Amino acid sequence: MKLPILRSYAVLYLAFLYIPILILPIFAFNDSTTAAFPLKGFTTEWFGRVFSDPALGEALKNSLIVAGSTSVFATLLGILAARALTRYRFPGSASLSGLIMLPMVLPEMIMAMALLVVLLSIGVPLSLFTIILGDVLICTPFAVAILTSAFQSLDKSLEEAAQDLGEGPFSTFYLVILPLVMPGIISAMLICFTIAIDEFIIANFLGSGQKLLSTYIFGQLRFPKNVPNIMALGTILVCVSVLLLATAEFFRRRGLARTGAKDTGGFL
Amino acid sequence: MSEPQGRGFWRSEAATGLYLISPTALFAILLLAAPLATTLLYSVFTDGYLEIIPRFQLCNYIGECASLKLDAATGEYVQDQTYLGAWSDPVVMTLMWRSLYVSIFVTAATVIFAYPVAYFVSFNVEPSKKSLWLFLITIPFWTSYVIRVFMWNVMISRTGVINSTLMSLGIIDEPLRMAFTIQAMVVTLAHAYAPFAILPIYVALEKIDRSLLEAGQDLGETRFTTFLRVTLPLSMSGVIAAVLIVFIPTIGDYITPNLIGGGKIPMIANMIEVQMLQADNRALGSAVAVSAMLVVGAVSLLFLFLNRRYLKGNK
Repeated sequence: MKLPILRSYAVLYLAFLYIPILILPIFAFNDSTTAAFPLKGFTTEWFGRVFSDPALGEALKNSLIVAGSTSVFATLLGILAARALTRYRFPGSASLSGLIMLPMVLPEMIMAMALLVVLLSIGVPLSLFTIILGDVLICTPFAVAILTSAFQSLDKSLEEAAQDLGEGPFSTFYLVILPLVMPGIISAMLICFTIAIDEFIIANFLGSGQKLLSTYIFGQLRFPKNVPNIMALGTILVCVSVLLLATAEFFRRRGLARTGAKDTGGFL
Repeated sequence: MSEPQGRGFWRSEAATGLYLISPTALFAILLLAAPLATTLLYSVFTDGYLEIIPRFQLCNYIGECASLKLDAATGEYVQDQTYLGAWSDPVVMTLMWRSLYVSIFVTAATVIFAYPVAYFVSFNVEPSKKSLWLFLITIPFWTSYVIRVFMWNVMISRTGVINSTLMSLGIIDEPLRMAFTIQAMVVTLAHAYAPFAILPIYVALEKIDRSLLEAGQDLGETRFTTFLRVTLPLSMSGVIAAVLIVFIPTIGDYITPNLIGGGKIPMIANMIEVQMLQADNRALGSAVAVSAMLVVGAVSLLFLFLNRRYLKGNK
């Protein structure tokens, strides 16, 4: 049934979702230190300031290290768990997968604090490495969710065919399964990268003062005169995120097309 | 199958599955289960100076507690400051109630406003365009949370986007007071968790057999009563999932009270931070964290219990 009201409502709702990230670029190019209408004029000054700030360069480098390593480790852990959960039946699989997926719903603050307390009491010094550990914990459930659907759409007979043709379990995985789930792997890596580069709570509490992009932004927000710089930086970050997501979506769809599965929608 | 027990197990499918999942499971046990268990343990231990003393006590939860300090001369612990346990401390209780009702508000607002969108995408959008809609809905969610929350602040502040627009259009003379209010926090959080509510409801709606709706209408129901008596009950499993997936993380939110509340309306996560770090009282901090989890768990279980009839038959 067609309800025109419903359509307008959905479009309005979508507009509500996009308001913050659409307003961001407007003020990033506005020639005024306060974000208010009417606009004053066009400037690229704020972007210039962003690129000339050495602290930002450091934060960017740290964020790239953290997000890069997180995406690799979380995806590796995700591959193992997703493969085990989709292909094999074993005792305790429900509770283990429940535990692995738990960070998706648990309040992040509580996980971060619990982890922090343990790290401090066993004497692990806080560093970029501890931030990576926390981020991997947060990202793994997302990787598992994406990869589970990738592995699920695999036809088991392909694997059996490879083994009938004399391939061992490892070469079957490498030659047959891996290429088929590769789009899912790339998609999982991109999503984990996107989460880790924006992640704030872990970066704020599990590091020892190293600035990452998110904590750098949070710190700058206390100074009203820096607000336009943050908007410029935010504009760049949002563009990068959208680009990564569009790429992830492209690979996810290609993966589904490759295995012949029906597209059931988003990442979650 | 004919293989003998014992050795056979280690070559079986079950064992292969366990080997495969073990690194991920071990990681989750070490970095999630163990820390949560430690928090639970710390919440019944005694607070010391920059340490935690393994002496059992329940006063971190209820009653009055004393921190201990090592006396350098005698080498024994002596009583330092006293403090109230989480459930006895009016400040903790105020923050707990505030977190609870803000999350309930946020959850209700998010799910009620999200349902029609999920319904629209599932029932009114052509199948080929569904994934585009879902993609559009999820994009804002993947962009930096700190920046999104900050942008809400920019919009609602005294001299911000909304006030300056309304004033230059002559609709209002005085700026509206929106910043640092609970309503502003609710809008910000409802915005942040929107996709989390839409997706489970959408999945539940997609599973509904469309012929049931035709049957309802053939039997004389109107569209609206069909919706109330067929569609809504069948989609309740998704609504319940949406409620839990929004409610549980919201209660521990840290960024929104900081940026939108301006630190003036702290929630329970801010309390946990203060106790664990600035006040160096990990015993009380742990008790507050455990209490927050207990409250979340109790409310979630109550909610599940009240809706148990919708969950029958679903896994």
